[in-house]
Amino acid sequence: MTATTRPVTGSVHSFDISIGVDGPGTRFVAFLAGCPLRCRYCHSPDTWFQRAGVPTTAAGLVVEIQRYQRFLQVAHGGVTISGGEPLQQARFTREVLQRCHDLRLHTALDTSGFLGVRADDELLAATDLVLLDVKSADPDTYRRVTRTGELAPTLEFAQRLDRMGKPMWIRFVLVPGLTDAPAHVDGLGRFCATLGSVERVEVLPFHRLGAHKYTALGLEFPLAHVEPPAAVLVDEVRERLRAYGLTVF
Amino acid sequence: MSATTRSDAAWRGFTGTRWRDHIDVADFVRHNHEPYDGDGAFLAGPTARTTRLWQQLTAMFAAERHRGVYDVDEVTPSTITSHAPGYIDREHELIVGLQTDAPLRRAIMPNGGLRMVEAGLSAYGYQLDPHVAKIWSTYRKSHNQGVFDAYPANVLAARRSHLITGLPDAYGRGRIIGDYRRVALYGVDRLVADRIERRRSLEDRRCTEDVIRDREELTEQIRALEELREMAGGYGFDIGGPARDAREAVQWLYFAYLAAAKEQNGAAMSLGRTATFLDAYLRRDLAEGRLAEREAQELIDDFVIKLRIIRFLRTPEYDQLFSGDPTWVTEALGGMGSDGRTLVSRTTFRYLQTLYNLGPAPEPNLTVLWSPALPEGFKRFCAQVSLDTSALQYENDDLIRPAYDDDTAIACCVSAMRVGKDMQFFGARANLAKALLYAINGGRDEISGDQVAPPSPTVGGDVLDYDEVMAAYDKTLDWLAETYVDALNVIHYMHDKYAYERLEMALHDYPVHRFLATGIAGLSVAADSLSAIRYGRVKVLRDEHGLAVDFAVEGDFPAFGNNDDRVDTIAVHLVESFMDKIRRRHAYRHAEPTLSVLTITSNVVYGKNTGNTPDGRRAGQPFAPGANPMNGRDRHGLVTAALSVAKLPYASARDGISLTETVTPDGLGHHRDERIANLVGVLDGYADAGGFHMNVNVLTRATLEDAMEHPDDYPQLTIRVSGYAVNFTKLTREQQEDVLSRTFHGAL
Repeated sequence: MTATTRPVTGSVHSFDISIGVDGPGTRFVAFLAGCPLRCRYCHSPDTWFQRAGVPTTAAGLVVEIQRYQRFLQVAHGGVTISGGEPLQQARFTREVLQRCHDLRLHTALDTSGFLGVRADDELLAATDLVLLDVKSADPDTYRRVTRTGELAPTLEFAQRLDRMGKPMWIRFVLVPGLTDAPAHVDGLGRFCATLGSVERVEVLPFHRLGAHKYTALGLEFPLAHVEPPAAVLVDEVRERLRAYGLTVF
Repeated sequence: MSATTRSDAAWRGFTGTRWRDHIDVADFVRHNHEPYDGDGAFLAGPTARTTRLWQQLTAMFAAERHRGVYDVDEVTPSTITSHAPGYIDREHELIVGLQTDAPLRRAIMPNGGLRMVEAGLSAYGYQLDPHVAKIWSTYRKSHNQGVFDAYPANVLAARRSHLITGLPDAYGRGRIIGDYRRVALYGVDRLVADRIERRRSLEDRRCTEDVIRDREELTEQIRALEELREMAGGYGFDIGGPARDAREAVQWLYFAYLAAAKEQNGAAMSLGRTATFLDAYLRRDLAEGRLAEREAQELIDDFVIKLRIIRFLRTPEYDQLFSGDPTWVTEALGGMGSDGRTLVSRTTFRYLQTLYNLGPAPEPNLTVLWSPALPEGFKRFCAQVSLDTSALQYENDDLIRPAYDDDTAIACCVSAMRVGKDMQFFGARANLAKALLYAINGGRDEISGDQVAPPSPTVGGDVLDYDEVMAAYDKTLDWLAETYVDALNVIHYMHDKYAYERLEMALHDYPVHRFLATGIAGLSVAADSLSAIRYGRVKVLRDEHGLAVDFAVEGDFPAFGNNDDRVDTIAVHLVESFMDKIRRRHAYRHAEPTLSVLTITSNVVYGKNTGNTPDGRRAGQPFAPGANPMNGRDRHGLVTAALSVAKLPYASARDGISLTETVTPDGLGHHRDERIANLVGVLDGYADAGGFHMNVNVLTRATLEDAMEHPDDYPQLTIRVSGYAVNFTKLTREQQEDVLSRTFHGAL
């Protein structure tokens, strides 16, 4: 950190204190505004645009985080920078992660990896865990899901994290008819199995709880008519991934 | 056999000396307690006998649910010895004793108030026996009648307008916990001897009013102990001496509790802190080879079955306030000893295990005294039980122990008392949100227009000014505190006179320490309203009589429940200043005043009787329960809301601060182990932050919706409301909807 530069400012959509769903334990989750992807199943389209957030300095956000510091530490939790896509504001994200790390808070970065090249080594050094969203291991499906993205940068980012020995939780949203093709699930399992630093794979069943946000924004929710996956399908996919020796939830 | 020989045999193997010469159960527990820091792996499932017995009752519960009550004895006013022995299934019960001669058959207790009995009977198609009616209207006066003979006009007006609601002026006050363990440890003879000695100690005192009353009360206590002995005798037990083994210890203790429940229809008839006490007996029997784990668990299961079928006859109006037929058989579990050792024992686990062996249930009201210092195995087991049953509540042992001692139990929901040393005069609660409207309206009621509080200038202008409102509010609260304590002094004077808890008080030290327990409702509504006035713009809409009947709120304002000091400090100030006002009043029998932030389920009725408020809440809309933020206004999740509530100072709310949280399983993590660990983390964090109480529900909205439509499919669905648990299907429709409207903290 240099002492004289202007304060680093980011666009923050909101924050939440969540339990057990955005990394280990109770976590302060900062949702940054702005994302390059437009995933069809996205449950927070209100975080797509950077202008939808509130300009916040890294120091200011950390002051808010500090109000929860003691609780987060007692509850064996930490801080997760999520979005939107936090790496769209990499400098801000780095600054916040570093400050949290200095406070001895466990840090997690929740990202699609699409902008992984923007995460410099200093940023990753201040990150204890990466929650890496892999939309699909199949390039065509990836494009179909994200509408604006490509698979390759995510895979490259994952391999870089692996080389650094950075712990990763791979997250995969299961959408019937979109991401559930057995061959593609196998592809994901095969890829993850090559990464030694993957601690677990989380299969997240698609849900429609964000639908009202699309309505409020005047946008169409492309998956409005898709049912969440049946429990048996979720189990089946988890089993399929376990076959690759992975820890799957 | 002499008394000494009998005690020596009964106390074989126990250590410590002080408790032998003095009535001091805490000292016994301290010396004979073995901390358990393992997990639940040793626990045993139900025996076939337990399951059969429970099934017999389960069949009766269905009929009770449909009819409201299963059966009533409308002829025999209940006393400790009024009814012949009753059994569920005599051959197959390990622990015996019922309130009347048959299970689920409710008794009448006219000493509290005849009208309550009459209304309770007629609600379920019974008629009061004319003989009983004649006695209590011609020859014998009830507590209820005494209270209304003496109420001043200010109290009647505040009561009628629902500014003060739920007062125990027509029914038993409850919230008194006898130290039922004493009967097991010492036997009745020794306790009688002690009372005689106490009474003798008053011989040299002149006959002032206080001394006369104490002599009479001690004599009544002796009489009650003799009746307890007689009642137990009817079941074939001589409880004159100490219990000699675990089965006797459970039985003696239960007889004492049962006698209290036969004498008093108290609002809350709590049990105390019994698990680790009984553990000393169970451990001794296990060591002597007289019991195996299966049988130890079976005894506890049988005891808990008895506690689950404690019933009182109450009116539908009462149920509107305190819904779901609660009895608050509260048992305080766990906690840490003052010597740094945990008070968790294997029997603490066995009590929790009953929720598996018998299925979930609201009673007994299992309350874990939580400290981050508790053994990990116990913390995880509690969290697991919460996930599986939603039947537990948690209270902060690290706040309670320094304020009281390490032998403290919970009466009702959140009221801490040293067992056998403290009692309280229960005082329901005052409506702080409505009082704010009175301040704005010059003491007039916003719904009826009646002048209830003394006339004062109305707060003028189109837009409310914070300082002006606060000044007027402060005066209104002065008057409210005065009126409220007036009411409580009258109530408890009359309760002592006409419905004295003879047996419960016989199981307390003499002299006893008394609390005067006041309470407040509508804290978050009042705090948010003041926040709106301060940080937003609140325009007053008046009717043709100048009465402020609605408010237009412009601009954002911080709401309680977001860990935002701008409004949280307002809530803190309200609690502190109201407590200070209460402290300045004269309390009956020199009781020490306390305050709770607890509504039980009365938040619905309070809301119904309160007009539009400046925070934008509409007239009639329920308040949040207890100290909870208003539904939907806490925007950053459970922890943030909890941290706002944790700021409320326990020093000014020593009768407890209640927070009820509902979280979906997914909102605690992706899988069971993680959910358990994360719930432990949240409870540790909340206790560490100074939060006092948390009800934890782990439920999905869909489950509750389905239970509303198909109640018979969910006979044991238990949820925590404010400070106690209920069968969800026993709530009124309105209360079910209120529960559903609450925030479910989940994962998105």
